[in-house]
Amino acid sequence: MIQIFAFYLFASVVIASGAFTILARNPVHSVLWLILAFFNAAGLMVLIGAEFIAMLLVIVYVGAVAVLFLFVVMMLDIDFAELRGGFMKNLPLGLALAAVFLAELIFGIGAYQAGNIALGENALNPARMGASNIQAVGELLYTRYIFLFESAGVVLLVAMVGAIVLTHRKRAGVRPQNIGSQVRRRPEEATRNTQPAVGQGVQL
Amino acid sequence: MNYALWFQLASPEIVLSISSLVLLLIAAWGGVQSSRLVSILTVTALFGALALSFNFLLNPSFAEGADAFYGQYRMDRFASLSKILVFLSAIGCIIVAPKFFARGNLMRPEYPILVLFATIGMGLMVSAVDLLTLYVGLEMQSLAAYVLASFLRSDDRSAEAGLKYFVLGALASGILLFGLSLLYGFTGTTSFIGIQTAFGDGVSTGALFGIVFVLSGLAFKISAVPFHMWTPDVYEGAPTPVTTFFATAPKVAAMALTMRVAIEAFGGQQAVWQQIVIFVALASIILGGVAAIGQQNIKRLLAYSSINNIGFILIGLATGTEAGASAMMTYLIIYVAMTLGSFICVLDLNDREGRPVEEISKLAGLSKTRPGLAAALAVFMFSLAGIPPLFGFWGKFVVFDAAVAAGLIPLAAIGIAASVIGAFYYLKVVKVMYFDEPADVIAPSDSAARMALVTLTALFVSPLGYFATLALSPVTAGAAKALFWAA
Repeated sequence: MIQIFAFYLFASVVIASGAFTILARNPVHSVLWLILAFFNAAGLMVLIGAEFIAMLLVIVYVGAVAVLFLFVVMMLDIDFAELRGGFMKNLPLGLALAAVFLAELIFGIGAYQAGNIALGENALNPARMGASNIQAVGELLYTRYIFLFESAGVVLLVAMVGAIVLTHRKRAGVRPQNIGSQVRRRPEEATRNTQPAVGQGVQL
Repeated sequence: MNYALWFQLASPEIVLSISSLVLLLIAAWGGVQSSRLVSILTVTALFGALALSFNFLLNPSFAEGADAFYGQYRMDRFASLSKILVFLSAIGCIIVAPKFFARGNLMRPEYPILVLFATIGMGLMVSAVDLLTLYVGLEMQSLAAYVLASFLRSDDRSAEAGLKYFVLGALASGILLFGLSLLYGFTGTTSFIGIQTAFGDGVSTGALFGIVFVLSGLAFKISAVPFHMWTPDVYEGAPTPVTTFFATAPKVAAMALTMRVAIEAFGGQQAVWQQIVIFVALASIILGGVAAIGQQNIKRLLAYSSINNIGFILIGLATGTEAGASAMMTYLIIYVAMTLGSFICVLDLNDREGRPVEEISKLAGLSKTRPGLAAALAVFMFSLAGIPPLFGFWGKFVVFDAAVAAGLIPLAAIGIAASVIGAFYYLKVVKVMYFDEPADVIAPSDSAARMALVTLTALFVSPLGYFATLALSPVTAGAAKALFWAA
């Protein structure tokens, strides 16, 4: 009972926040609605027992992708009113595309259910049916696929080196804060005591 | 599970990975001044990996080859021979680089390190017997290559080359990945042998789509027509040492990978992919020959020449036989020597202020001003054209021989006819060098290392190279035999 209630709650909030994502006037609000949609999709994933994907949704999509979107939206000066002006003009095309996608979905699911698509048997045979997804993924990742896992780490390292090689440069004419010299500085170097005589002014 | 054996089998990549991490630290602390030290250490590490690969190639106890890491990685004679070629090309490209980047003080220690990372990726590619290893290796190589292409980031052409390569390469990776996921979906396994077994009773339509997508993605990486468009632009724009690298090592690795995929994973279904390979081979030979005729820039000309040569190598794959695979390996060895040599000759073409010269017209009369360089370049051009006394002819001969033996006589006939078109533009370069009025632009060489490498490769592709066939034939035959281990 509670599952059914939770499902309808999550599902309706996903659809509603999805609709608000494209309807919101303020692009920052759009991204916030999108984040709400991600959270509720993660809830749906938990309901079907895919807790690992739920965590990925929250960590990767909410934590990284949506925040990146937010930064981009706030940094770039895009005239959203002008973009939205094209909405009515492109509406027929958009609806046609949506109809094509819907037809593809129906065909695909129909063909799959009619048994016309024979997918291969999984040769790996998930031996640990009892374990949770996280445990199973972790065990495979750190035993059977450890070699590829480490290689993927090297790929990420290459990406990092590449980003630094292509963008890092020494800028001339900048005066960065030098905390060491600030801390090292003594009052005697910066101030001096003088006793100017009355009526003679001061020497700076 | 025998991790000691597995680590031993993967030792070339492990040695290179650890040295790249150490070198990265040296580069981070040493800064630009450490370029020389890092280059020397990188070449040392590559020589170490080379020695390990030679051990796998020649030691009789590894004759059978062995799987490592639960059948994701395979070290056999095919892999070790490909790795030797890859490592040798990488060494050549690191040795010639400092002199090129010295003008304008653009050498940075990241250049040899990125080449090293790309080399690790290529080592994974030639040892891949699993779709996952294939993809990880390919991405490691590609990512490093994108950065290398735009290494001269203040130069517009270099930045453009990097961006073009990145966008098109990412698209090709997407196509490849889509094909891989289809294959996995319809066979239920990612291992090459598993796919071959699953295909035992014919290929379903979905899996056929997967095969086509995978072959398209791989055709991009070896720059075969119709996925060649990026090649001339990237080769022209990238710094010349990087172009030298692109034209040699990644070509070998991607070609070896294509051979493994076609012969191990799709081995039982030759009829399905043979027509694709035949079309790609012929299209590459013809387009590579025709489109090169109008080129004014020697780097673009060599780019089309490499497309043309890839077509000839693919004829060997179209046969699907052991003799064909052995011929491909022979051709690849000769191709690496010819390409390395001709690009190092291009590196040596500088005017009196040290600016690189790339226009073919400025080579006029090179035989008077730089007779040695002109002779070497002529040897490479004749060899690339496949003119008999030179070693390049031998590569074409064994490939056509294998095609005729496999009954692909029309394919061989068209290939031979099209190689005549290719001969035209190679001879044009020789004509400009030997029979035109001297333009007197090219300055004398300032690098002994370059001259030594040019001499070495020129001697290899000269008729003296035929002595090497005595040593090479058993090696390439052994590599081809290793490729058919599951058949």
